[in-house]
Amino acid sequence: MILLIILLPLIGFALNGIMGNKLPKSIVGIIGSGAVLGSFILTCILFNQVANTGAIEYSLFQWISIGNMQIEFSFLVDQLSVWMMTIITGIGFLIHVYSIGYMHDDEGFSRFFAYLNLFIFSMLLLVMGSNYLILFIGWEGVGLCSYLLIGFWYKNVAYGHAARKAFIMNRIGDLGLLLGIFLMFDTFGTIQYKEVFEFASSGSYSTERLTLITLLLFVGAMGKSAQIPLYTWLPDAMAGPTPVSALIHAATMVTAGIYLIVRSKVLYTLSPTTLDVVLYVGLATSLFAAFIGLRQNDIKKVLAYSTVSQLGLMFVALGVGAYSSGMFHVTTHAFFKALLFLGAGSVIHAMSGEQDIRKMGGLKGTLKITHITFLIGTLAIIGFPLFSGFFSKDEILAKVFEHSPILWAVALFSSFITGVYMLRMYFVTFWGSFRGTEDQKHHLHESPISMTFPLMVLAVLSLVGGIINLPHLMGHSVSEKLHHWLSQIKDVAVEHHAALSVDMELMLMGIAIVMVLCTLVACYIIYNKKENLPVEDYKQNSLASFIGNKFYVDELYHRIFVRPTEIASNLFYKIIDVSIIDGIVNGIGNIAVNVSKVIRFIQNGNIEFYFLAMVLAIVVILSRFIF
Amino acid sequence: MELILLPFIAAFITFMAKGKTAKLVAILSASFQLVLTAIMLFKFNAAGNTNFELNYPWIPQMGINFRIGFDGISMMLAILTNILSFLIIFSSNRDENDRAGLFYGLILLMQSALIGVFTSLNGFVFYLFWELALIPIYLICGIWGEGSNKIQITLKFFIYTFAGSLLMLASLIYLAAHANGSFDYEALFQAQLSDAESLLVALGFFIAFAIKMPVFPFHTWQPQTYTMAPAQGSMLLSGIMLKMGVYGVIRWMIPLVPKGVIQFQSTIIILAIIGIVYGAIIAIRQNDLKKIIAYSSFSHVGLIAAGAFVFSLQGIQGSMIQMFCHGINIVGLFFAIDIIEKRTGTRDIKELGGIVSSAPRFAILFMVVLLGSVAVPLTNGFIGEFLLLKAVFDYQAILALVAGLTVIFCAVYMLRIYQLAIFGEVKEKTTNFEDLNWMEFTTLGIIGILVLAIGVYPQWLLNLTEASVMNLIK
Repeated sequence: MILLIILLPLIGFALNGIMGNKLPKSIVGIIGSGAVLGSFILTCILFNQVANTGAIEYSLFQWISIGNMQIEFSFLVDQLSVWMMTIITGIGFLIHVYSIGYMHDDEGFSRFFAYLNLFIFSMLLLVMGSNYLILFIGWEGVGLCSYLLIGFWYKNVAYGHAARKAFIMNRIGDLGLLLGIFLMFDTFGTIQYKEVFEFASSGSYSTERLTLITLLLFVGAMGKSAQIPLYTWLPDAMAGPTPVSALIHAATMVTAGIYLIVRSKVLYTLSPTTLDVVLYVGLATSLFAAFIGLRQNDIKKVLAYSTVSQLGLMFVALGVGAYSSGMFHVTTHAFFKALLFLGAGSVIHAMSGEQDIRKMGGLKGTLKITHITFLIGTLAIIGFPLFSGFFSKDEILAKVFEHSPILWAVALFSSFITGVYMLRMYFVTFWGSFRGTEDQKHHLHESPISMTFPLMVLAVLSLVGGIINLPHLMGHSVSEKLHHWLSQIKDVAVEHHAALSVDMELMLMGIAIVMVLCTLVACYIIYNKKENLPVEDYKQNSLASFIGNKFYVDELYHRIFVRPTEIASNLFYKIIDVSIIDGIVNGIGNIAVNVSKVIRFIQNGNIEFYFLAMVLAIVVILSRFIF
Repeated sequence: MELILLPFIAAFITFMAKGKTAKLVAILSASFQLVLTAIMLFKFNAAGNTNFELNYPWIPQMGINFRIGFDGISMMLAILTNILSFLIIFSSNRDENDRAGLFYGLILLMQSALIGVFTSLNGFVFYLFWELALIPIYLICGIWGEGSNKIQITLKFFIYTFAGSLLMLASLIYLAAHANGSFDYEALFQAQLSDAESLLVALGFFIAFAIKMPVFPFHTWQPQTYTMAPAQGSMLLSGIMLKMGVYGVIRWMIPLVPKGVIQFQSTIIILAIIGIVYGAIIAIRQNDLKKIIAYSSFSHVGLIAAGAFVFSLQGIQGSMIQMFCHGINIVGLFFAIDIIEKRTGTRDIKELGGIVSSAPRFAILFMVVLLGSVAVPLTNGFIGEFLLLKAVFDYQAILALVAGLTVIFCAVYMLRIYQLAIFGEVKEKTTNFEDLNWMEFTTLGIIGILVLAIGVYPQWLLNLTEASVMNLIK
């Protein structure tokens, strides 16, 4: 069954990839979505099985075996992987269905579904592997699919550039991960999760070594989950079709970094230094990206920066050792961010491809379902009371407070900014009056059912998703379900449990609620006034344009890394290679040639003569051999 | 022995054949050769020392026996040679005006000599085959190459590698002289040399092999020759011939004079790693497709060389499997470039673009081969790269970080090719780019299948060589 879960999307990929362009679109859509639905159903059955009997291991074959290095192609389905699998296949299915409507008029329809299925396959491999190298296959596989899908509209050169940037930045992280795997081999002699964690917790390894391993793994996580300094690819990745942004760049792939750390939590718990690094990188990213989000006017870019920021928040949770809280936020974020992206896609669809929120406005009248679901998503992400995001964020904030009240204040501030830019986007897009062209106004329409259905399902999930891990002050029987679920994994190093008093926790929650409500009211007032709408780029003051230009980080990277490499390339080629090294070689060669002029007369350029000589020589040699 | 004789004899038949007949004879010979290889593989015992050994006295006065045999290492390279020779002949198209008979004959001759190189168990025989392999490729490049300075470049390539070989011969003779005058492989182990002598002998070997592979800074002949040579020439050179260098290191140089090698092992490894980064950085900015691939090959071989010189089990196993996979991938890449050049008349990526619109099958297969080179997991390139980087890591962790930059740079230049040539807007020269015909489709298809099959299940190749490699490191 495990094999089937993973093979179904692969089969879907093969079918649509090989003969998809000959099949009618409806069949392509059914194959694509059906494969993922099949995986989802099987995953649910498996979920039940894991709940009853615990983790399941399954070994396929020996993949690479040299001497004492044995790497199996094997799977491990425990509480953590089955949780991720449910998210991947469940949300994956909804997004496949959505894509049937969204991509309907695209000539690359079957190619799109083939890539999506390949992505699901790789992502499943990533979370189902039972050692770090299988994880690495999936890890690179999702990176490849991401590359293919960002550059899906291949005629556009800028999109192609964004796709390459994503792949290359990911590869920088991958190198870190790979080195981490080597070091792990060197340290433990194995990369099988079970054995690594067993050995590591025996306490016979130096903290420096574990710190180095975990730091290297974290470099990989930074690349994949778009943390400072490797985050700049994610906003550019919005060049891909919107369902891709929802599936890959919001709900699943970018959370792989969090999965990696939660998976390796034994190692991380043993290296406090790394946890601090994770904490501060996460916090910095969360704040920094939120600031940039304030000044973006492309609806997808706002969501992209918000994703970067939310991922930062998840790392903050991991950094304070609250692994299950991190996973909780991964889950709710998957619900509401997928919802927001798909909602944005529906808006873009209705606006005939327009993505600039300055040219929208007043859409709540025409796009009723999109509007309501988008509102639910927005409320969930800003942490409006009782929405899913409220619980997951609140839990992280509480854990951070335990760790340090100052960091709590910073994190709270970051989620305040999140509230501001999300509400800004919401009000500017859906309220006020329409600011697009007459043509666009004429075309405005609600999306087809295949697109609105996933929106509604995700809206419900964003609304009630919090119940999977309610705060423990709500009573023992209903609370912290996810936490308990994940703590069944045997290798878990014990998480310290809420040291906060109930009063304290209520107070923190109160502060957050008041903040959200104030932001809501303030944004309502501010962004419903015409003079407060975002202005054209050239009218911005210098600070705003500095932020709007993303603090010029891309330009900085270009100066520091790209340009010097290009210069080095020319230098190496023109000067070192052609002039110096080859010059020396030719110099020596010339001496030889001059000498050889003496015997030039036998080199008469006649091929037949060479042959004659060669054949004669061979005959002589052979005759010696035979006689 | 049949593997050497068959193409050798067929070569001379082909020389006399004309036009289509020539290709037919060549293909028949290459196919038959594949069948023979398969039969041998079936009988092959990977755990044993040497299979199918032949040993005839030849010039006994000088300790020269005609001795060949197959262990796992030889077997793998023989398989590679025979698969690639078949593909190279199958995919080429020379007609009568082009002296087809000579062309295919030379390829067969080369195949014969290469098998000889990979199986010789006598130093002198090894040297003979080594030189014999040089002649056909010299002629192929000189006759069918392109560009006004082709003679000059070919000559340089010839002299350069020939000079290296002479140093190797000197080393072999020196060794034999100290081993009771015998060139026999096992006998050469008996040579008792001082540290200084070992160093000199090792250097002689090293220069020959370093030029062939090539290792930085002995590489400048390579991009020029690859660019100028006809597609099949580039395939032969990069796909099989440069493996002679690595093979020489693994079979002859390190086992015979370990004392000498150890004295400059770290220098060589560092040179090889410089080559990795240096070649990759140059490849990033080139516009000639062949030149990009040439520098990328140089960069990849740097890693293979580094792994070989680490001389650990994983290092050698990594170099072995990577030689095999690099051979397949690079032939695929050169073939793809040849297709592009034939259709558009250019190799300048700035003039290409949008090929996927009219040739989706080509685009997909090209992508598969490209991913193999970029070493994405589940393609063949990953296995070798992983093992080699790990071997370098175990030798010296910091070096692995530098060598690992190939993971990043390779993605940069390979995706740049794909972006500019295959994606993007259709340009003037790429309008109506015809998709693959059946012959091209079969060739690239076989390569694509090999890329994926080895990537998913590499163990059969690893098993083939493991016992022999173990034998060598002892």
